[in-house]
Parts: sequence; C-alpha cells; structure tokens
Amino acid sequence: MTKISRRTALQLVGAAPVAAAMAWTPAEAEQAHTHAQQARAAAAKQSKPYKPKFFTAHEYATVAVLVDLIIPKDDRSGSATDAGVPEFMDFMMIDQPQRQVAMRGGLALIDRMCEELFAKRFVACADEQRRHVLDAIAYTTDVPPARAHAVAFFNSFRDLTASGFWTTKMGIADLQYQGNVFLNEWNGCPEEALTKLGVKYS
Amino acid sequence: MAAKVLCEAGADVVMLEAGAMWDTEKDSRMSAWAYDSPRRGASTAERPFGEFDGCIGGWEIEGEPYTQAPGTTFDWFRARMLGGRTNHWGRISLRFGPDDFKRRSLDGLGDDWPIGYDDLKPYFDKLDRLVGIFGSAENLPNEPNGIFLPPPRPRCYELLIKQACDRLGVTCIPSRLSILTRPLNGRAACHYCGQCGRGCATHSNFSSPSVLLPPALATGRLRIIANAMAREVTTGESGLATGVSYINRTDRRDYAVRARIVVLAPSACESARMLLNSKSSRFPNGLANSSGVVGRYLTDSTGLSVSGYIPKMANGVAHNEDGVGGMHLYMPWWLDNKKLDFPRGYHIELGGGRRSAPSFGVMGGIQRFNGKGGYGKQLKDDYRQYYGSTVSFSGRGEMVPNDDTYCDLDPRVVDTYGIPVLRFHFKFTDHEYLQAKHMQDTFRQIIQELGGTPLSPMPSRESGYGLEAGGRIIHEVGTTRMGADPRTSVVNQFCQAHEVKNLFIADGGPFVSNADKNVTWTLLALSMRTAEYIALLRSQLSL
Repeated sequence: MTKISRRTALQLVGAAPVAAAMAWTPAEAEQAHTHAQQARAAAAKQSKPYKPKFFTAHEYATVAVLVDLIIPKDDRSGSATDAGVPEFMDFMMIDQPQRQVAMRGGLALIDRMCEELFAKRFVACADEQRRHVLDAIAYTTDVPPARAHAVAFFNSFRDLTASGFWTTKMGIADLQYQGNVFLNEWNGCPEEALTKLGVKYS
Repeated sequence: MAAKVLCEAGADVVMLEAGAMWDTEKDSRMSAWAYDSPRRGASTAERPFGEFDGCIGGWEIEGEPYTQAPGTTFDWFRARMLGGRTNHWGRISLRFGPDDFKRRSLDGLGDDWPIGYDDLKPYFDKLDRLVGIFGSAENLPNEPNGIFLPPPRPRCYELLIKQACDRLGVTCIPSRLSILTRPLNGRAACHYCGQCGRGCATHSNFSSPSVLLPPALATGRLRIIANAMAREVTTGESGLATGVSYINRTDRRDYAVRARIVVLAPSACESARMLLNSKSSRFPNGLANSSGVVGRYLTDSTGLSVSGYIPKMANGVAHNEDGVGGMHLYMPWWLDNKKLDFPRGYHIELGGGRRSAPSFGVMGGIQRFNGKGGYGKQLKDDYRQYYGSTVSFSGRGEMVPNDDTYCDLDPRVVDTYGIPVLRFHFKFTDHEYLQAKHMQDTFRQIIQELGGTPLSPMPSRESGYGLEAGGRIIHEVGTTRMGADPRTSVVNQFCQAHEVKNLFIADGGPFVSNADKNVTWTLLALSMRTAEYIALLRSQLSL
C-alpha cells in the first residue's frame, strides 16, 4: 500500500487550504508531543509536580501506584505513569463528574482493605502487601459477595487505565496500530494477514 | 437536497437552520489522534459519539426537552448544525426494494405506499450519479442494484466472516456506502482514513453541507439563516402556507420568513411538531392534520449488537485496517419471513479488527476476553494479544407501525424558546421482539462458526432480547405519512400536504413504512422527486 503524507495528499487533491486550516499534521502532532514532554521534563526539573484538580494528594499518590501496578514498564513500552495516566484520570474526573463518587469511594475501599489487613493505607504498604490486595480484587473469577464492590471498582479503574495508556503515542506504537494515514489506494490486507486467518481474495 | 434541486431550477430559497454553520473543510477533526485531546476522544454532552465526531447534537439537547408517556421509552436524536443528521450516519446507502413499498399486500400488516419502486428508481439513479456510492450488482430481488463505484476490497476479518456466512447460508456481499472510491463530480476519492463520522475534509463522502449545499450556494439563490429555531408554518386566509415563523437563538426574538412555497425537512418528528404547533381557527388540530394522522405511524429501525472474541484473530498481523469509514461487507436480509415467526427482516452490519486508532474506551472490559482481568505484565501482554481480535454484528430491522407508537404535543411542557414540545409514546410488539431474538441467535451462531465466544450473555425475553430503545437507531420515520386518501394520510405521493397545496415535507415523515434498510438513500431520492415536482408545478404556473 502506498503511503503518502497527509499534506501531500491534500495538495494532490487540490485541497491545500484544508491542511492549513486543520488542527494537527503528523509533524505538528509530533512537535506538540515533544513540546509536552519537554514541558513535563522541565516541570519535573523545577520540582513542580502536576497538581491534581480532583484527586487529593493522598488519592493521587494512590492512583499513581495503582496504575503502574496495572500497566508496568516492560521491554516494549513504558509504564502508565510514564504515559501520563494519572493526569489523564484527573482530567476525566472533572470532565465526566458522574465518575467522581465511584472513583473516590473505590479508592477509599482499597485503603480500608489495607487498614484491615496491614493497619496502614495502600500507599504505605510494601509492594508485596499491595499485590496481596490486588490479587484479591483484580480477578473476576470466583468473586465472593464480600469483594464484589472492590472487584467492580477495579474493573472500571483498569478500563480507565487502559484508555489512558493505549491512547498515548507510546501506547499506540506498542499496539502497532498503523492507520490514520492517507492512502491513495486501498489494496486490502497483506498476504501474511490473509494467511494467518486462512482467507484469500478471490 | 430539496434546496439544491429548487435553486438549480431557478427558485430563490431561504433555508432555516436550527444550529450553527458548519464547514467540513475547516471544522472536521479528521486525522486527529486521541492524544491531541486530554479527553482522548471520549464523548461530550453535545457529541455523544465522541469529541471528534462530526455531528453536534444528541439524544439530549440543553434547553430542548421532550417527554415520554409513562412506561414508554423513545429517545429522540437531534442534530443542531448545518446539514443536520446527514452529519451523523454510517453512509450506508440502501435503496428500498420493490417489496418495501407494498408490505400490506404481501403480509397484511401496515400499509402500502401510494408509489412503488419504479416511481423512485429514476431518482435513485440520479442520486447515485450525483452523490456517489460504491457497491456491487448482485441482482437480489429486494436489494436493487445501483449505479455503483467499485467496492473496496474486504478487510481480512471480513473475509473470515464471509467464509463463515457462506457455510451458514447467510448472504454476505460488498456493502453499499456513499463514499467515493473514485473521484466524482470534482470531489476527491477516499483516502481510507476510516473517519467518515468526523466529517470528511476532502468531501469524499456524503453529508449535505459537503455535497449538496455547495452547488446550491453556487447558484447565488440560496440564503441560509443559521441559529433559526423554526416554530410554526404561518397560513393566510386562503388556507395556504404563507411562510415560517422562527426564533433567532442568539437574540431570542421572533422573526418570520414569507414564502410562496414551504418545504419542511427538519426530520420526521420535528416536522410533525411544527405542524401540530401550527394551530389556527382554520386548522384547530394543527396544520394539515384534519385526519389526525400527524405524529402517528412512528417507527424506528430495530437494533441490537453482539460482539465476539475470535481467538484466530488474536496476536494479529499488524497492518493498516482502517479502510473506508464503515464496513466493506454486509448482510442484506436473506430469509423468507413466511417461514419465520416474525413478519419483517433485518440486515447485518459488521465491525471489528484494528479499524480506527485507539481512543477512549479502547480494550475496555478485558476480563471478557481473558476471562479473569488481572494486572501487571501478564495483563499488558493480554491487551496486546487481544487487540483487534473482536468482531461485532449489528442488526437493523424493520418495525411494523402500531397504534401505541406515536408522538403528540405535551400539554404542559415547552422548550427554552417557549415552543410546546413533543411527547412520545412507544411500544414494540412481538413482531420486533421475535425478530430481535432471531438476530441474537444468528449473531451468536456466526461467532460460534468463527470459533469465537460472544462477549455478552444471551439477553432474556424479559429484557427484550437486547433490543435497543426506540429512537436509538436514529431511523425514525412515518409521522406525516403519504397516501392517496386524505382521511388516512398527511401528504400525497409527492409529499404535498393534502390540505395545504403549497406545503411539502422532504424528510422521513412521509414514509409509509420503514424497511430492513437504512432510510437515508430512499429519503434523499424522495426529496429529490418532491423538489422536482415542485419545480414542475412552478414551471406550469400551477402552484
């Protein structure tokens, strides 16, 4: 399949002004992304961390630990906090306020579990203790009624973590999504993909 | 469509638009990535289909309520922007077939249209040439061929589905979408970004502001008044329409446009609302409503969806699977209702794979895939493995009109402009529920044939087999239906009001019945026919 840049494509179809009028070209998006990263790095250097608008400092610390337990760094991509998931979650809580009570309550529920088991809150727990709690609430098989609420919260928290991670540049690259480009021709899917599914073009 | 035809025929046209102006070249968010927004593409109050969607509107609009009769649900989708709901649709462009105009003759339910397929065929042909549509000539009896551009090759999971459908005897053919696979009438061919729903900045798919309004404006005879909330059709002593009164949404004052001819096309229910609100001593029941039929015979398409996880598609080969902004294959209705326990059919729309960039909600409900959820490195790998490994099937079927389904004016509630609002009454019957059950069984059978597992359990009869509430499929029609008899219909076969000969309706209101097909293409053909009829009457000086 022939890939051409978006700007070239628009010029080809005689719609060059479109390119100028639209919000982002890939190059601009790249630039913006770099800019954002630099800004974040600079902010970190000045030791001025992101100040959450919805989460309390304690909640925000809990969120940061939780999202990295859910999506840790590995050899293919960084962690959820590397991808800015806590900042994203804070934004979504303001943007979709109907999520606030369930989020706040769910985090409180996790802290309560930790208090009962280890006499301290989740962030104060050792890694092993945190995992002990997650092992009890992160799996949807054989959930006893007493844990149903925590499991439901975790399902939803995990979904929001996934939304925050896989929609970043890093996440999209990790998933190897290859679209959102201009093609001047659609040739269907490549031979290798056809073979894997056992199908062919007649 | 009516404005274009009338302007080109030499008429001076004033168009009232309830929303703001919209320019697909400037206003489309085509090509935006989720990370371009802190919201990552999630929905907002005015864009329920995601913040990058090309349609401003939704089932709830601030300041514009509607009500529902106790115990019934109908969700009314409205767009508030130039081009209205042509900005929100799947570009699925299916001609109603010969049987769809004479259902009563075939099974005794509902009513026949006063016209047949042959009356509309020339307009369908003109529409195909004007707007552009891809597809394939299959010579199926009730799925008429069109004048098609070549269809795009299927995506690989679509081939897999076709393979399964062939084994199950389900007809699976290239879809018919109004997206250009070749340049047409000065518009560029599709560039396969798969984002039709955001509005196409290169005019390669159909929406009214992108395709029909530019030529209408080029005549110099079209004036568009934006932010004009139409309130009622005004009439004179002769009983003819004299124009439309509207409220300017910006200054909230009343204005009026005087006209020789009034064409309503604000959507089926909005037209009914305007007529019902156009009360006078001469028309105490609302305009063109001596029959009491305005608001009656409301139907929406039936609809439900089932997704499945297909292990064979897991760990897929990475490639660009965007394609056009819709399915490349679909299944038209393939069975004979005489052999089934429900009277009308449905078609099936496909989704799945790696179509469209990850955005808000991506890979949600991972526990449905891996059966457990989890966290950590294993979970991260699961996401990678399952990404792009689902297929989805959406049924869109025909509902039979019934006496309990209609809209009227709520006797107490007004909107923020002081205009009385609609009250909906809605009821499905076993005709629809049994059809929904058949959809569920079929989709689950196809998923099974693909070696997969459905991502949701089979819904019970009590939950209506998963049938979406009325209005959710956004194909409502019928509220100002056409007919030969003024006692049982609002308009004649040319969508001209029986009682007010200079009043026409060019939206879905005049439909006598829905079909197992999306309504847009038939609505456009009908609107073109209506507008050409108006132009003919004017040229004969008989109006």
